Amino acid sequence: MSKTNGKIRIGFYICHCGTNIAGTVDVQKVVDYAATLPNVVVSKHYKYMCSDPGQEMIQKDIKEQELNRVVVAACSPFLHERTFRNATSQAGLNQFYFQMVNTREQNAWVHLDPEASTEKAMDLVRSAIKRVVFHKPLEQKTVPIKPDVLVVGGGIAGIHASLTLANAGKKVYLVERDPTIGGHMAMFDKTFPTLDCAACILTPKMSAVKNHPNITMWTYSEVESVEGYVGNFKVKVKRKPRYIIDDLCVGCLDCIEACVYKEPRFYDEFNQGLSKRKPVYMPFPQATPQLVVIDPDTCIWFKTGKCKQTCVESCERKAVDLNQQPAYKEIEVGTIIVATGFKPFDAGKVYYYGYGTYPNVYTALEVERLINASGPTSGEVIMRDGSTPKSIAIVHCVGSRDKNTNLWCSRVCCLYSLKLAHLLKEHTHADIYNFYIDIRTPGKLMDEFYTRMAEEGVKFIRGRVADIYPDTSDEEHRRLVVKAEDTLIREIIKVPVDMVVLSTGLVPRDDANDVRRLFNITCSTEGFFIERHPKLAPVNTFTDGIFLAGCCQGPKDIPDTVAQAGAAAAEALALIDLGYIELEPNTAFIVEEECSGCKSCVPLCPYSAISYNEEKRKANINEALCKGCGTCVASCPSGSIKQNLFEDEEIYSEIDGILNYEIYEEAVCC
Amino acid sequence: MPDKPKLAFYWCAACGGCEESVVDLAEDILFVVDNVDIIFWPVGMDFKKSDVEKYADGEIVVSLINGAIRSSEQQEMVQLLRRKSKVVIAYGACAQYGGIPGLANEFEKEEILKWVYEDSPSTYNEEKVRPLIKYKANGSDVFLPELWNVVRPLNKVIDVDYYLPGCPPSSKLLKEAVLVLLSGKLPPKGTVLAPDIALCDECPRKDTKPTDLAFTEFLRPNLHNIDPEKCILSQGFVCMGPATRSGCGALCVGGNMPCTGCYGPTSRVKDQGAKILSSICSNVEAKTEKEIDVVLKGIPDPVGTFYRYSLAGSILRKKVSI
Repeated sequence: MSKTNGKIRIGFYICHCGTNIAGTVDVQKVVDYAATLPNVVVSKHYKYMCSDPGQEMIQKDIKEQELNRVVVAACSPFLHERTFRNATSQAGLNQFYFQMVNTREQNAWVHLDPEASTEKAMDLVRSAIKRVVFHKPLEQKTVPIKPDVLVVGGGIAGIHASLTLANAGKKVYLVERDPTIGGHMAMFDKTFPTLDCAACILTPKMSAVKNHPNITMWTYSEVESVEGYVGNFKVKVKRKPRYIIDDLCVGCLDCIEACVYKEPRFYDEFNQGLSKRKPVYMPFPQATPQLVVIDPDTCIWFKTGKCKQTCVESCERKAVDLNQQPAYKEIEVGTIIVATGFKPFDAGKVYYYGYGTYPNVYTALEVERLINASGPTSGEVIMRDGSTPKSIAIVHCVGSRDKNTNLWCSRVCCLYSLKLAHLLKEHTHADIYNFYIDIRTPGKLMDEFYTRMAEEGVKFIRGRVADIYPDTSDEEHRRLVVKAEDTLIREIIKVPVDMVVLSTGLVPRDDANDVRRLFNITCSTEGFFIERHPKLAPVNTFTDGIFLAGCCQGPKDIPDTVAQAGAAAAEALALIDLGYIELEPNTAFIVEEECSGCKSCVPLCPYSAISYNEEKRKANINEALCKGCGTCVASCPSGSIKQNLFEDEEIYSEIDGILNYEIYEEAVCC
Repeated sequence: MPDKPKLAFYWCAACGGCEESVVDLAEDILFVVDNVDIIFWPVGMDFKKSDVEKYADGEIVVSLINGAIRSSEQQEMVQLLRRKSKVVIAYGACAQYGGIPGLANEFEKEEILKWVYEDSPSTYNEEKVRPLIKYKANGSDVFLPELWNVVRPLNKVIDVDYYLPGCPPSSKLLKEAVLVLLSGKLPPKGTVLAPDIALCDECPRKDTKPTDLAFTEFLRPNLHNIDPEKCILSQGFVCMGPATRSGCGALCVGGNMPCTGCYGPTSRVKDQGAKILSSICSNVEAKTEKEIDVVLKGIPDPVGTFYRYSLAGSILRKKVSI
């Protein structure tokens, strides 16, 4: 005969978590207390509840003691709720008869007083024990996952993720805002610490993307809207008019030659303005796809409506179409990888470094172009004034580690500064001075690289640069004086140099907040997207099915970016190959006969899961869209929306438990 | 011929509207009188407490008690009626939730007495005389009922079987309730004898309510005209309809006034005021503090607006001065 006899039988367990919990909370006292609470038939403590013996203990008790409810007080549910739910369900009990109490993050770790902490643990435990009585058996629903993937951003992160997925046989849509893929990496000359040529590694991957049968590459395109949920996203992509018909252009560049502007005269984005381009242009020689683009902001036809349209005439293949309109593509994907990258810190914001005022002050990215063989000077370091520098200062931490700009360390600047020091020395034989706060070179082979640079004769001065100004002793005022305190010798030093390189940090893109909203992911205050958990889910976001790769999540170097892109691709693959996703059953539902059709809830749902049925004159929740946020539940004025796992009696009993309500009631009534 | 079932009416802290609603039965009252014996109804006929005391416990089939409980006399009477009755029905909003008298819970007893006997503009009481609970007159003790600190709904004082909501309950509900009682097919104890769905369900303006409700301000019906066709809440007037039980036939909306919530919440809601607040606030468009101030300006008396009938029976219950 069953012991339960329709009765609630609760098993309670508290975890020591080594000394994490037991070091502060008196677990024996909590166990003794829990044993006195109604419906509790087992009350135990154990060193590591999440371990196999811990889980087996629960399972054994479920069977032998005929438990029908389980409460475990341990760490955050985020960490081990799933573990204990599984243990519960493997013992034959519905997993939602389990309730977790957080006595670590919300108790032991944040309190110093053992007595008060123990009392708080008892309150939390009482609350869960009262709540679990009202739990109901629930079933997890599954929804199928669409196998196609959207990758947003065609830098090295997006490229690597796309190729990984495509090689695994998945169909990938790669959307890039610029006319070419390649991102920042395509602008670099060489990469640290190996000093191999960026183009040599990147361009084969770029053409692999273009030629891969599983990749649909849409450059000069932007994601307009994202609807749906994990496994079933509906995405609208805007393909901006390039004024060139993709299929007809072969990249012969005849139209550029034929342009009515005989000389290039507009800011060349790829070369950071160090050279000029025409309104019709190829971003750079290895641009992928090899398609020219017409910039309507500078093209005289778009500005005035008057032009001989020599470009149109020159194209034998009739690829130039000045009437092209934006095209919209709608796709359905199951997962999304956001790899939208970064932008370099605007060096002009640190006004006392004189960027934009003194022509020989350069940003690091400009120098990358300057020393690049395919750059504006074909790799010769010729400055804006036509001279070649004999001495160069490299200023670290521009826009990083500074409360006036950004607090964070951009992680790559020390190393790319060392790299630039090496390359500049190689190209010019100049004296190079690195002004640094700390040299940060963690990672494989990185510190060795630093040692090598020091051995090459690059000079290092520990001091943040305070000022940069023209050298008055130099008649032409070309030379600049870099003033800083050398904190190792505790002296203010002034170093005259011909060229200054500002090692600008990495900052989020200007539209990071719009992108965040578009994909319903989260941003930190500085604007980098937040991963779900830095250690447990480093490429996931808080929106299921959307993953992060590269510098949009935070500054990182190319090896880390590629590793992260691979991880994001693997996470997407894991979902796709499973084929379905289990939904947490904490969804809201409307009890139809109770709904008065007041429509209050309809506009509130952040996931657009609620609709109003005009025929029935009632609201309806699409369970697949519901994320269980509870907004509609709290707002339903007639209490006709319920939420699994958060029904009123569950919440009220929890509150009563935490307030020890019966005792309170007695106290006021007498 | 067996005796007809005995029926008692009693009133506590109430305005008399509930008694009126019995009279509102009009000719249907004849049906009631045909089928039951009204053995106690102080408002309608001359009965004394002793008339009730002489019945055996449980002999009265139904007592319909209206009004909130705020004095020793009311408490004594309802406890007596409870003892003598098989079924007690809390009749009307005051008995069910404390009603308008329940709003006295916003004040301390002393504040109330001082205002009523000393400070109110219409009071002339130089010697500041207050009623005494007990005094001697002609050599014998005379007693007056004592005013309690708290106004309570009926179910906080005695066991209540059923509830008839409303301020007052509609005569239709009363008639249906009498029919149910006479049929002998009693609903589960604690049932509110009205539909368990919010008022919007039967509101004639339901279809004019938009699905994208977003408030930027609230208007007061004494200062602005109400469009007689459109959903009143969507016009910016606080209408309690979405949080209030139906059964009245949307009487107030029919008179072009917003619902004030007298039928109380549905069975799913513990606290009507909190629920409508939660709902209306969710639909407020304002995001900045300045915009929110504009919204708040339209609700100068939040308790009187959202808890007009339900304060005494709510989770809030009473303002406590510490």
